[in-house]
Amino acid sequence: MKKHEWMIPSAMAIPRESKDWEMGRYGPIWPKTPACYGFTIIAKVKPGREEIVRQYGTTIAEAIKGSPDLLAPLKLHYLRWVLFDNDTRFMYQGIFDTDFDKYTEDAVALFTISGVNTVFENLEGFPEDWKTNTAAFIKFVREHQCNSFLEYGEYPYVSADEIKKALKLKAHFSEMLDQMQ
Amino acid sequence: MLELDDIQHYLLCRPRAVIAQYFFLSFDSAESGRKWIGALADKVGVAKSVMAAEETDLRWITLAFTYQGLKKLGLDQASLASFPDPFRQGMATRAKMLGFTGDNDPSHWEDRITDPNLHATVILFARTQEEKQRCIDQYESWLKTNPGVNTLSTLVLEALPPYDYIHEHFGYRDRITTPVIEGMGATPSPGSMAPSKAGEFFFGYEDETGSLPLQPKPEAFSKNGSFLAYVKMKEHVGTFRDFLKAHGATVDEQELLAAKMMGRWRKSGAPLVLCPDKDDPELGWDEQRNNNFDYGRMDPKGYACPVGSHIRRMNVRDDQVSRIMNRRLIIRRGGTYGPHLPEDAPEDGANRGIAVFAGCIDIARQFEFLVSVWANDPEFQELNERDPFVGTQDGSFNMTIPKRPLKKTVKGLPAFTSVRGGAYFFLPGIKALRFLASLK
Repeated sequence: MKKHEWMIPSAMAIPRESKDWEMGRYGPIWPKTPACYGFTIIAKVKPGREEIVRQYGTTIAEAIKGSPDLLAPLKLHYLRWVLFDNDTRFMYQGIFDTDFDKYTEDAVALFTISGVNTVFENLEGFPEDWKTNTAAFIKFVREHQCNSFLEYGEYPYVSADEIKKALKLKAHFSEMLDQMQ
Repeated sequence: MLELDDIQHYLLCRPRAVIAQYFFLSFDSAESGRKWIGALADKVGVAKSVMAAEETDLRWITLAFTYQGLKKLGLDQASLASFPDPFRQGMATRAKMLGFTGDNDPSHWEDRITDPNLHATVILFARTQEEKQRCIDQYESWLKTNPGVNTLSTLVLEALPPYDYIHEHFGYRDRITTPVIEGMGATPSPGSMAPSKAGEFFFGYEDETGSLPLQPKPEAFSKNGSFLAYVKMKEHVGTFRDFLKAHGATVDEQELLAAKMMGRWRKSGAPLVLCPDKDDPELGWDEQRNNNFDYGRMDPKGYACPVGSHIRRMNVRDDQVSRIMNRRLIIRRGGTYGPHLPEDAPEDGANRGIAVFAGCIDIARQFEFLVSVWANDPEFQELNERDPFVGTQDGSFNMTIPKRPLKKTVKGLPAFTSVRGGAYFFLPGIKALRFLASLK
């Protein structure tokens, strides 16, 4: 990264598809943007399962509280779960510092541990044999991925680790100044 | 329980051979290929008999096939389609994704390994040079009366002097860490991974998730087979030695740099996490201790073992980096080819290196992940670097060595190695071999 590139907000328009995208093990790797890597999965909720999906919000929040570093290997920034269109559709959006293709199997394993896969059972088209068929799980994710056509970063390309390092440095620096009083 | 009387010995036990030869072959017709398998199937060592008679055996052979080979042998379309994409496409097709680019790309590969008519490989191990020659003479005389099987290339592998420790051309001790398979009776050394479920390496058994891996068809292939990912890597010994001399004023400094890039001391294999400043041969040779370490707790910043060192990339030993290391394992088999370059000799330009088969059940999840992500993805751990030995290098990446008060950066790492071959093979069980021989 060029010096202080993170100070200049930046946006990237993303084509529907491009032959320039690198191929990963399971398909094209969506490009890294000023808002890092990420995915947006949109799927229909099976009728009558809306409340079950909503309740998973609490379950997963509790799981992370009990084990805050559970998702560490995925190098996440944010996850957003949304029910919309009268709770008939579900959106799962994740912002990562790593590409999903590279860490697909880690994601599947961690989703399993944290119960995300079980939520997916309430979505239409989710493979019933996901426990034994990682390939089918990956296919579901890829088929339901909706690419962004624009992404913006106020501090472009900065990783979660860099942000944590900067905040730690700030905290230690404040402490140092306190000690010098 | 593993069917040791059906599984080829190759991934389960390592014979005490001093010499090996790989043969890469092409069949003129389905009939010639089937006949050839039929003639050799009896000679293939199954795990059970090799383990029982290892002391008296003089030679061991292994047979494996490419996707094109299975096709040539006349396997039906539905069965061919049941094999996973990476195997069907072959390594050369996936080279760019793996990171085998620039000087490492398939246009530079040797031994006709990218020949579309590469159908099979034979791996021959022999206890003595004489025994190897006897086997080859016998095999060649069989070929004379059974035309239709062509040798595209061969590669001879021999141990390197000094013979008191197994090492590759740069002098790094090899074979210190290898996965242990559940039910084989071996106990992992302290600090090593728990025994792997057989399904991580063989079809027809539970894997680490408790389920059966997706199996290729037909029924004869559903058990006891594996995949092998073959890689031939040339080692530029002169470049490596010059690099150490250029970056280390004393022999001790050079050895430390060599150790920092690997994560273990060169001759003993002692891990830097346990002896960061000076080699400890006693520790290196003590199997109860030489794997008994982690990174997350013992060396999180990499002051002892750099985060970008080879062993810290290939076996991350830290659940903040991966919680599924047990799903990324490969069984490495192979050795060194080409002449030894004596310590004081100048680079002679000879072709020398390592030629390795990596055994696994899921090429994409195991072998390809290790190569494309942990070896070649510059974003690994935000280092903007690649593996110093198995990553694709061209002088544009550095190597960071964490150090207090300030890190040391070795600028512009040259390519110490070049990929010179690669292919995916299916390693069938004995019943599957007989099935292939009997195809109509």
